[in-house]
Amino acid sequence: MTEFEYAPALESRSIVTIKPQYGHFINGAFTQGSNHFPSINPSDEEILSHIALGNAQDIDAAVDAARVAYESTWSKMSGKERGKYLYRIARILQERAREFAVLETLDNGKPIRESRDVDVPLAAAHFFYHAGWADKLDYAGFGESPRAHGVAGQIIPWNFPILMLAWKIAPALAAGNTVVLKPAETTSLTALLFAEVCQQAELPAGVVNIVTGDGSTGAGLVDHPGTDKIAFTGSTDVGKAIARAIAPTHKKATLELGGKAANIVFADAAIDEAVEGIVNGIFFNQGHVCCAGSRLLLQEDVAEEILAKLKVRMAKIRVGNPLDKNTDLGAINSSEQLQKIRDLSQTGDEEGAERWSPDCILPGNGFWFPPTIFTGVTQAHRIAREEIFGPVLSVLTFRTPQEAIDKANNTPYGLSAGVWSEKGSRILWAAQQLKAGVIWANTFNKFDPASPFGGYKESGWGREGGRHGLTAYLKEAESNNE
Amino acid sequence: MKHYGLVDGTEGSLLNFLKGLPGVDQVGTEARAAMLATRSIKTSSKKFAIDLAISMVDLTTLEGADTPGKVQALASKAVRPDPTDPTVPSVGAICVYNDMVSIARKHLDLVGGAHVPVAAVSTAFPSGRASMAVKIQDTTDAINAGAGEIDMVIDRGAFLSGRYIEVFDEITQIRALCGDRAHLKVILETGELVTYDNVRKASFLAMLAGADFIKTSTGKVAPAATAPVVLVMLEAVRDFYQMTNHRIGVKPAGGIRNTKDAIKQLVLVNETAGPEWLTPSLFRIGASALLNDLLMQRMKMRDGYYASPTYVTID
Repeated sequence: MTEFEYAPALESRSIVTIKPQYGHFINGAFTQGSNHFPSINPSDEEILSHIALGNAQDIDAAVDAARVAYESTWSKMSGKERGKYLYRIARILQERAREFAVLETLDNGKPIRESRDVDVPLAAAHFFYHAGWADKLDYAGFGESPRAHGVAGQIIPWNFPILMLAWKIAPALAAGNTVVLKPAETTSLTALLFAEVCQQAELPAGVVNIVTGDGSTGAGLVDHPGTDKIAFTGSTDVGKAIARAIAPTHKKATLELGGKAANIVFADAAIDEAVEGIVNGIFFNQGHVCCAGSRLLLQEDVAEEILAKLKVRMAKIRVGNPLDKNTDLGAINSSEQLQKIRDLSQTGDEEGAERWSPDCILPGNGFWFPPTIFTGVTQAHRIAREEIFGPVLSVLTFRTPQEAIDKANNTPYGLSAGVWSEKGSRILWAAQQLKAGVIWANTFNKFDPASPFGGYKESGWGREGGRHGLTAYLKEAESNNE
Repeated sequence: MKHYGLVDGTEGSLLNFLKGLPGVDQVGTEARAAMLATRSIKTSSKKFAIDLAISMVDLTTLEGADTPGKVQALASKAVRPDPTDPTVPSVGAICVYNDMVSIARKHLDLVGGAHVPVAAVSTAFPSGRASMAVKIQDTTDAINAGAGEIDMVIDRGAFLSGRYIEVFDEITQIRALCGDRAHLKVILETGELVTYDNVRKASFLAMLAGADFIKTSTGKVAPAATAPVVLVMLEAVRDFYQMTNHRIGVKPAGGIRNTKDAIKQLVLVNETAGPEWLTPSLFRIGASALLNDLLMQRMKMRDGYYASPTYVTID
């Protein structure tokens, strides 16, 4: 060896046991399930297991189990007792953290460094945080003895499977609801491992039910007359369909939808850290992040300097085997998503934006896309308006702070935004002007269970996390909170 | 061109330059350094890194109790760190006080270490609190005694009170004394500068004034070579190269005691300044205890088991 190359440092997968086939988790037990479909590792297309496609009978059984558990057990239990179960789940998640991280990386394609250092610890943190709320709901300003909705139907995406599960299940259970959760069809394995955790924690049967499947399964859950509350994270199109479906019903809903976040770098920013933040904003989790900083707005007088530094930094991004502990950018989650990223990138080329990627060798099998930036992008480009949901950054420039705000807000979305400046007054001013649910200053993609998360406009309804997030799982609390 | 054409040596031009430097965000810098510390360096790359790190060690003794015997022992070890294994490279330099330079130089030459330079700490090390005349004499003595490298300290009092031009002029004068005879390493003592903004400012100030190397610390003040401080300095030399086409070296010193820490430093270099800096002519690690841990880990990789510490020489 004459150069300092990093030898492969693979995390062992021997810690996980994947069954050849899974059914659903209903009323505390696994079913056989039917119409199984393969679930693959997106980094090499290996078939990991076969997942059941939930049908109407499965949903009926799961919703019934959740109803019975709600009526007979969970709604009668004191908050303190519910909290004990949540603490227990949180501790088991920590104890089995490596197992969850490896399985998540195998199933999703994200780097083990992220599943190990972000997804799994944060998932456990959500259970710990909400466990603390379970016995304090009466004193949290939600009115006297706030009541749960009943059965919550929850549908989660494939980008953060175990973390989104935690975002959904932890507050629902803390508030006293029971749940039927449907994981994304390409990433069901950690949800099924979580079902084992529920058994290990001796959670009463039916409090958590997991029905796997595709969009039709999710629609069945939304339409089922037995669900009182729907929580969905995913695309804006599906979110709109859910809103239409529940409009004539009694059901409440929270929707966490798409985004096209502006990451605004002012000339007085700390440049090196801003470059890090840009990289983290768009290349974290392969850009499969609804709040990704996918529109970079650079003040013109520093644009060239920052782009030069960004390119040097991007050349250091290590793309490859997600189980390698040194990998920074893993696999795209599915061939469908890869095709979507390719198509939108091609429109970038066609509309005259300039594409750049560092030299990197992509693995032969699996679904891969290099870290990419488009410069010379304007508001009129499709890649500045549509969510690409991949490692693709559109770079725009601005001249004055007001122009930055106008461009940032010129989108039907409003989930998140980033502001980079060493000047405190500028940050506060920008944060007031930006129409986005989450605004990060001199950082990006930071999450905490105590901090509410959610969007303006077509990025969604309601908030998840913190005290605000709890209100979505309590009757009357929503109106009391407004 | 004098001062690379970036400043003209006047206080006004220096202040303008330093004011124009972007700030450093503390949280972001520490997060980046922490992320790079998670790199997992195994097998062949670990082996490579250990030998590289050995060749970068400035083997140091800076004690009031230093004697000719102690310094001679250090010199022998610097040339052949593991007497039983000739494939172990010599270290980057040995680093001693001014009065030990000639003893070290003679002994190195005697034991086949003509290729190992002697670095002398200088300019009223470690505090830097003396008149300029004393600092000049200190440096002149060291160079005349055979020091190939001068590790000078800056006047932190002057820096912290904003008298940047005084610091700049001192470095410029010492630079002139060194001429072609000695490399100049400028110790910033980052533990006393405290903020990363100051570290960046002092790094550029030293480079503009003619430093060949910028060095974190004397080893007498804690904290010393923390990962974020080294990160900021590596960013500075990288950016300075972009401006001037000149590569300035970096030397973390103080607190790097084991192989794991040393490898983390190499990762910082590799992913910040770039692989061009992974050579003893552009990166050194000031340390005393580190060398033995590197040797122990090297034996472990070679033999497959940890040897007793008695298999490495104490000095």
